Amino acid sequence: MKYIIAIVQPDRMDEVLERLTDKNINLVTVTSVMGRGRQGGIAQVYRSHKEAGNLLKKTKLEIAVNDDFVKPTIEAITGGARTGEVGDGKIFVLDLAECIRIRTGETGGEAIG
Amino acid sequence: MKRIGWIAGLMGTGMAWAGVLPALAEDAASQATASAVSAVNTGDTAWVLVSTALVMLMTIPGLALFYGGLVRKKNVLSVLMQCFFLMCAVSLQWVIFGYSLSFGPDVKGLLGNLDWAFLKNVGLEPNADYAGTIPHQAFMIFQMMFAVITPGLIIGAFAERMKFSAFVVFMLLWSTIVYDPVCHWVWGVGGFVRKMGALDFAGGTVVHINAGVAALVAALVLGRRLGHPHKLSPPHNLPFAVMGAALLWFGWYGFNAGSALGANGLAANAFVVTHVASAVAGLSWALMDMAFNRRMTVLGLISGAVAGLVAITPAAGFVNLGGAIGIGLGAGVICYLFVSFVKEKLGYDDALDAFGVHCVGGIWGALATGLWATTAVNSAGANGLFYGNPAQFIIQVKAVAITVVYSGVVSFVLLKLVDRLIGLRATEQSERIGLDLTDHRETGYTMLD
Repeated sequence: MKYIIAIVQPDRMDEVLERLTDKNINLVTVTSVMGRGRQGGIAQVYRSHKEAGNLLKKTKLEIAVNDDFVKPTIEAITGGARTGEVGDGKIFVLDLAECIRIRTGETGGEAIG
Repeated sequence: MKRIGWIAGLMGTGMAWAGVLPALAEDAASQATASAVSAVNTGDTAWVLVSTALVMLMTIPGLALFYGGLVRKKNVLSVLMQCFFLMCAVSLQWVIFGYSLSFGPDVKGLLGNLDWAFLKNVGLEPNADYAGTIPHQAFMIFQMMFAVITPGLIIGAFAERMKFSAFVVFMLLWSTIVYDPVCHWVWGVGGFVRKMGALDFAGGTVVHINAGVAALVAALVLGRRLGHPHKLSPPHNLPFAVMGAALLWFGWYGFNAGSALGANGLAANAFVVTHVASAVAGLSWALMDMAFNRRMTVLGLISGAVAGLVAITPAAGFVNLGGAIGIGLGAGVICYLFVSFVKEKLGYDDALDAFGVHCVGGIWGALATGLWATTAVNSAGANGLFYGNPAQFIIQVKAVAITVVYSGVVSFVLLKLVDRLIGLRATEQSERIGLDLTDHRETGYTMLD
């Protein structure tokens, strides 16, 4: 079991979700986050006072999958989120120690899907 | 250095104007003392000045919040900015030449001349042609608020994707080349639509149809927002929209009842029918929602109320309670069907339904005025179809057609012109990031403290 975390451009989220659905990956958690990578931010100006734009809005997706779903998940995310510009985001794949479905008490691979 | 030169130039121009202004002010003052201020009625003047303030409130913050709440949060400031900017820019345009073009001495029924530019000859004495019991300047500033809100209504169509610089240029051109002439035709002494006998009490053709058609054209010329219609862009703050709609309703008493230009029975009639039509239209839209979606929605109820206000606008000084109920009912049902079904079929992206509510509601109201108008309410008006005068309905149809064609064609030309000069549409990247940050370097909301 793997835990996949992806940081993508906010406006690419719908495309990513659609592609995940196409590959039958329906369980996903999404949050709005701020962060910085190589992409420069846009400086804001308030009454002529400039605020350096360090942090940019991004969208974070978290998906727990069984091993055979790792590749399709990554394909769906890269396919949906890639524009070729700096700032398209990153995907992190972590080992997942355990997963429990609260309603039934199922554990492991059964509980994920 | 270049920037400093620019600022110095601006200040220089400002000072040059300032040199002209004392002379103009003297002019007005001498007029006021010359003939004793006998004709001015204090009650009428008080009501028109209060109405002016009420109509001002419709644009900012009424319309600004209504539209601002309906866009995505990355564009909220851009919409508030556009509304506030129009208040500043069109106000200045109006006193410099806009008022003169609209209401100044007639040239062939088409336009006012520039005799009243810089409010020359617009003093504190009444002008009997327009309003015999209030200072001419009170009439001028009341009309100014209409000139401000009309281009503001168009914002709903191109929200979230028009470049701010293009917005500024387009709006100044539109105010001058579309609003001012149409205003003159319908309301100016000598205007040819007015001479046809068309009834437009408070701006159904001049304000709502005029802006609504321009809105449709703008939506078509600019094209859809990225991802539309595939991706829904839900309103980011409906409570804002509710506040905005409520302020619009409140301000509309000034818009319609103020258009009686006096504190009198006609104003009371306009006040009552305006209120009733809005109430009925809100309910009828909500019932349509109920019929088609099994729930009444907040956005539906407030959209209906606004549609009712739009529709009663041309009729407010000519119809009675029965007319108000009929017009309100029609507005809720027709605008609902248009926005929910027809718009989807046609596939254009009128982001906030400026066309669907203002033009469709405005046309309904203008035609309905030709049905329900009665001289029992206003002897200076005319009877409509239901009171035995079908000719009035035909006149109304003509007035609508003239406005639709003129505003449609000229708005199209102006948009294409601005597009050629500086480009209308924000870059794809700006649209993705949001106009608040890319056009104004600000954000409406912070995500972190």
